[in-house]
Amino acid sequence: MAGTLAEKVWESHVVHRGEGEPDLLYIDLHLLHEVTSPQAFDGLREAGRPVRRPELTLATEDHNVPTTPGPITDPVSRTQVETLRRNCEEFGVTIYPMGDAEQGIVHVVGPQIGLTQPGMTIVCGDSHTSTHGAFGALAFGIGTSEVEHVLATQTLPLKPFRTMSVTVDGELADGVTAKDVVLAVIAKIGTGGGQGYVIEYRGSAIRALSMEARMTVCNMSIEAGARAGMIAPDETTFAYVQGRPHAPTGADWDAAVAAWSELRSDDDAEFDTEVVLDAAELTPFVTWGTNPGQGSPLGEAVPDPELMGDDNDKVAARRALEYMGLEAGTPLREIHVDTVFVGSCTNGRIEDLRAAAAVIEGRRVAEGVRMLVVPGSARVRLQAEQEGLDAVFTAAGAEWRLPGCSMCLGMNPDQLAPGERSASTSNRNFEGRQGKGGRTHLVSPLVAAATAVRGTLSSPADLEPKEALV
Amino acid sequence: MESFTTHTGVGVPLRRSNVDTDQIIPAVYLKRVTRSGFEDGLFAAWRTDETFVLNDPSYSAGSVLVAGPDFGTGSSREHAVWALMNYGFRVVISSRFADIFRGNSGKQGLLTAQCTQDDVELLWKLLENEPGTSVTVDLESRTVTAGDLVASFEVDDYTRWRLLEGLDDISLSLRHEADIDAFEGSRPAWKPRVTA
Repeated sequence: MAGTLAEKVWESHVVHRGEGEPDLLYIDLHLLHEVTSPQAFDGLREAGRPVRRPELTLATEDHNVPTTPGPITDPVSRTQVETLRRNCEEFGVTIYPMGDAEQGIVHVVGPQIGLTQPGMTIVCGDSHTSTHGAFGALAFGIGTSEVEHVLATQTLPLKPFRTMSVTVDGELADGVTAKDVVLAVIAKIGTGGGQGYVIEYRGSAIRALSMEARMTVCNMSIEAGARAGMIAPDETTFAYVQGRPHAPTGADWDAAVAAWSELRSDDDAEFDTEVVLDAAELTPFVTWGTNPGQGSPLGEAVPDPELMGDDNDKVAARRALEYMGLEAGTPLREIHVDTVFVGSCTNGRIEDLRAAAAVIEGRRVAEGVRMLVVPGSARVRLQAEQEGLDAVFTAAGAEWRLPGCSMCLGMNPDQLAPGERSASTSNRNFEGRQGKGGRTHLVSPLVAAATAVRGTLSSPADLEPKEALV
Repeated sequence: MESFTTHTGVGVPLRRSNVDTDQIIPAVYLKRVTRSGFEDGLFAAWRTDETFVLNDPSYSAGSVLVAGPDFGTGSSREHAVWALMNYGFRVVISSRFADIFRGNSGKQGLLTAQCTQDDVELLWKLLENEPGTSVTVDLESRTVTAGDLVASFEVDDYTRWRLLEGLDDISLSLRHEADIDAFEGSRPAWKPRVTA
């Protein structure tokens, strides 16, 4: 029978299948961080169970870590990080702690060291695990009870997902990025549109994306409600994986590529739902509301809730505008921001930093605007410094920080003050996400950098040409 | 896990859609390393508003939350389930739940009862007109009863069975340990490992 990519990866991991039961799936890689794991390790201890496969388990510290030098000052945050270290030592799990050359946001670390590979099942107690689907892996976020389950059994009982294809054909215009694509997808299908589905992104515009851009797209699948997003592996994928520390080598590499080359949806495979977008119609996209589906092209105005057809949408939009302090009809380009955040598992990789740096080079962050640039990992930071990107950012007046989740969710001191407004390359614009009372506009790294320069939501096309700057 | 057959308690109308897990419990409350004590973070930002439903004493004994569609979206934090349960909720009723939240609830014994939006609207009216009204949620018959209203709800068969029996997943999965061993024996050697 013809199958989709997701179904093929699923089928190759079924350990046990029984009538009326969920399938028991094998998990190839389990990533851990400090926030969602302590109670899971407690559960193991209480039951006297070991970690079944420590060699398929990796921990990193990311959510709580400060992005300025020095130890964690908040005692509760520190306890959480120290608890992870103790648990990893007790159960024999590898950990990349603060200050380690491999430390970083869990979803940046896995791919960069080559642990994320096509056809794998990957889980983590973090909803943005969908990121790893960019490699053609079936990767999804789980809760703490499931973390404990995977630690104990290296498996998860799961009911099959439905499949959705999102096809983006055509060519993206200059200045339109993977972030704009996925924000447009979410606005189209809604925050609940993907519930119960695995999304497979297809089409020529997706194929043309780099691996890092593909990760941005898959990362935000969860914001459409989908548990996972996937992209079939191809030469771009293989070239990215090859040579990384955990990539197969020699004959193993050939065997792996042969297996990975089979990983694509059959031509006659049927998806439960199909969505199509025309790449040529996409423009820079920003959010105006308090869920990632409340977004519009940058060239438009804040929408009028009263003109919305659906009652729930109307009520939600009214409430969102009140929280965001916005009026219907205001052009999005006229919205002033206080803070610009470049970073997160969505847009904290080297290509994101290069894109933002290219815009801001030779320009200045606007008066009264604070710009934070937080690399996704220690390796990304090092690479950026070798390329001189840190100097570009600091010369423009931005702050160059240490790696971590940072202002994406404000578990560390990087937060918005009540009423403050940000343009953020992160993934969630929920009420209070970046600090109590904070107001978030989700944007691409290009829009973030241009916004930092003008002080209002902007794309690079809105900036004066650099030749005009002396 | 404690088994769940039927529950009767005060219903709390939460007239909001897209209640994401950052609203259920903001990130700053996620730093504890225990499974208890999260009730202080439940809807923390909204509870600063005097008019928020949980600040109304009529609902103070609430244990059945009736919310708008797309409840539990966003982060995978199981702390959202712990916060609701630590506060005293045993059931959440909504017309649509986010997948991860629903899964987490099932593991902890919090029932996510999926009703139609029409029934949710009827429940909201009833609970707002007569604050303190009790709602009975019967998992055997998959029905919600409040006043004269009787509504059916959906919950998948497997979760229902586990909740009724109070079974924990790890023991269930470990019954298949021989299958897990066999699967591991068949994995290609080139699959990555964190350590050699």
